[in-house]
Amino acid sequence: MPGRTSLLRRLFASFALFFIVAGEPIGLLAAQDDSTTVSGRFRSRGTADDGGDELFEGVSVVVTDASGAEVATAVSNADGEWVAVLPGAGDYVVTLDESTLPEGVAVREGTDPATPITANVGRDNPVIIPLGERVASDSGSIKMVQLFVDGLKLGLIIGMTAIGLSLIFGTTGLVNFAHGEMVTFGAMVAFLFNVTGIFGFKLTLILAAIVSTLLCGVAGGLFNQLIWKRLRDRGSSLISMLVVSIGLSILFRYVLLYFFGGRGRPYRNYQIQKVIDFGPFSLPPKDVVIVVVSLTILVTVGLLLQKTRIGKAMRAVSDNRDLAESSGIDVEGVVRYVWIAGGALAGLGGVLFGLTEDIGWEMGFRLLLLMFAGVTLGGLGTAYGALFGSLIVGVLIQMSTLVVPSDMKNVGALLALVVILLVRPQGLLGKSERVG
Amino acid sequence: MDWGSILENTLRGFVGEQAIYFALAAIGLNIHFGYTGLLNFGQAVFMAAGAYGLALTVVYAEQSFWLGIFVGLFVFPVIMALILGVPTLRLRADYLAIVTIAAAEIVRLFLRSPKWDSVTGSSDGLGQYADTFYEFSPFEPRTRYGFGPLNFLGNQLWVVIIGWIVVAIVLVIVATLVRSPWGRVLKAIREDEDAARSLGKNAYFYKMQALILGGVIGAAGGLMRAIGTQSAQPDNFITDVTFLAWVALILGGAARVFGPVIGAMILWGVLSFTDTFLRQAVDQDIIPTSIMEGTQVGQVRFMLIGFSLALLAAFRPQGIFGNRDEMALDDR
Repeated sequence: MPGRTSLLRRLFASFALFFIVAGEPIGLLAAQDDSTTVSGRFRSRGTADDGGDELFEGVSVVVTDASGAEVATAVSNADGEWVAVLPGAGDYVVTLDESTLPEGVAVREGTDPATPITANVGRDNPVIIPLGERVASDSGSIKMVQLFVDGLKLGLIIGMTAIGLSLIFGTTGLVNFAHGEMVTFGAMVAFLFNVTGIFGFKLTLILAAIVSTLLCGVAGGLFNQLIWKRLRDRGSSLISMLVVSIGLSILFRYVLLYFFGGRGRPYRNYQIQKVIDFGPFSLPPKDVVIVVVSLTILVTVGLLLQKTRIGKAMRAVSDNRDLAESSGIDVEGVVRYVWIAGGALAGLGGVLFGLTEDIGWEMGFRLLLLMFAGVTLGGLGTAYGALFGSLIVGVLIQMSTLVVPSDMKNVGALLALVVILLVRPQGLLGKSERVG
Repeated sequence: MDWGSILENTLRGFVGEQAIYFALAAIGLNIHFGYTGLLNFGQAVFMAAGAYGLALTVVYAEQSFWLGIFVGLFVFPVIMALILGVPTLRLRADYLAIVTIAAAEIVRLFLRSPKWDSVTGSSDGLGQYADTFYEFSPFEPRTRYGFGPLNFLGNQLWVVIIGWIVVAIVLVIVATLVRSPWGRVLKAIREDEDAARSLGKNAYFYKMQALILGGVIGAAGGLMRAIGTQSAQPDNFITDVTFLAWVALILGGAARVFGPVIGAMILWGVLSFTDTFLRQAVDQDIIPTSIMEGTQVGQVRFMLIGFSLALLAAFRPQGIFGNRDEMALDDR
């Protein structure tokens, strides 16, 4: 089904929408005379209780001609299909009467219920009116709650990936631009086990995610051991290491593109889910899992940093490397653990990010800029700051769709990055030391 | 294998339009990084400022081409430099890197957004604004002019000639400036900002001036590109464009007047060579399609860029022709 991917992509692009309903041609040919037909179908894929399509009966549409005069009306049947007969070829406008839609369903946000169409004689003219969850009809505060929750979810994902970035910076001073590719790598490894399969053997996504997390941890450790440790031992400067990481980021990104292909693809079995209603907001089960998993992991990481020896050592090295070294901490050992943990968290974050949208070769790089925003906002080099800043960035991104078009939502986060550098360059949780 | 066409394309890469655009972008970066030590990873945004300065003036505001050149060279890039510089130039170098890379993406997303389609043309961009430029061309637009194995269409030849003249003029200006007292202050700031400050130099202002100058030169690269292709599209200014300019700079050697130009020529010579070579190898089934398809050739180019950037930065931070004592990536 070629149309399905693009529909899915649009679905995943918009966090708030879980219904997908499309008008589809039903293959009615027009009669022999000049008259022609327009048709469509109202349904919601895979959201019925039995997992099948929900079909919307009794939805009425009105067709008007170029002058605005009404030329035809139609009502959808039990299969959700409708057909309207038009007097001839020409430009028409098909308007959906939103009040006849079932409760909770509306024309998808951003699309007009009035759809222009150019009708041709001799064939049926399909009209697609994309439907979505009724968001606009909710009161403003409820929409804000929903966006806030979506933002927290995104923030948790950013935070999970950003902790590694921040700790690596804190312990080694490296701004690792290749961190985003670790995220993509994690998502793609899980895709490999989940969808492509190894020797025809496919894992469920949960197992695939665990495998991917472990592999990314190993990859992070190897990355440090093979490249960064050697550069540190050679005495390379931080700037040249930063440029090395940019080079490696480009290299890895295009290697991943080479093997994965440019088309975004989703995980198996988790494409469409019926939402669970939580009162002021609703989430599909996979998003609930994302929130629960990331909260659990982040709390665990926080406890490990706070309570265990290695966690304390990480914070100590991050705070003051020389002091830590002179008080007997094995700094290189700590750095190794930071890389392993950072890689694993980035990989898991990649899998979760891949669940919210399609897995694509550029996903990590896009996330990297948001990580930078979060990390800078919270304070470069601190673990909790990274988490805190990321949550703010996530919420800011989703809430900003209230005022800016959704394709511009990341702009707000990046602007916040610039503003925070103006006002409080050490970040919200950073120590106020001179960073210039 | 048609070695003739491989040679021709390699030569074209060496002296052609792309080498000019990226030579200018890299000269701008050289001012930023080579002489002042600023880590600008958003050079693409200055190129976009140049291109859209011209395109918006001519297409949207319906003003003359010459005003467009002025706006593209001196208005948009200067504003951009001020926006980027004010918050970051007081901070450590890596903050500028993060902010510039973010700013380049912000601007690209703005230009792509369908919201302002009537102004910016969103992802299709703007086009056909440089007819005035070609009216001055002494060459027949559709005639091919040959120089040995090389040949250019009349209009291309005009772009190439004017482009190299612009590069030459910019090089003279840069060479003069960096040898002047002003240029020596820049180098002093690069070497030790505190020392420069303690001698009473306002490092912040000098850095800002350097950011503006390098930005204007980068914008000249974007302008030449916008004129040469007669179209300005947001996706011409993705972050990879910045990285290409960086490779050109480091390849040739930072803090050398001719470094970025030589770097850009080598870069595009090598890229054109590998592109043509791989494409022919794929077409003639020397490389089986199971390993590489035609669409993947362009991806190999970027792998090569990333790999060489990483290798250069790790093992030869002063660049191929750079002087280690003068400037290496290593110092700060």
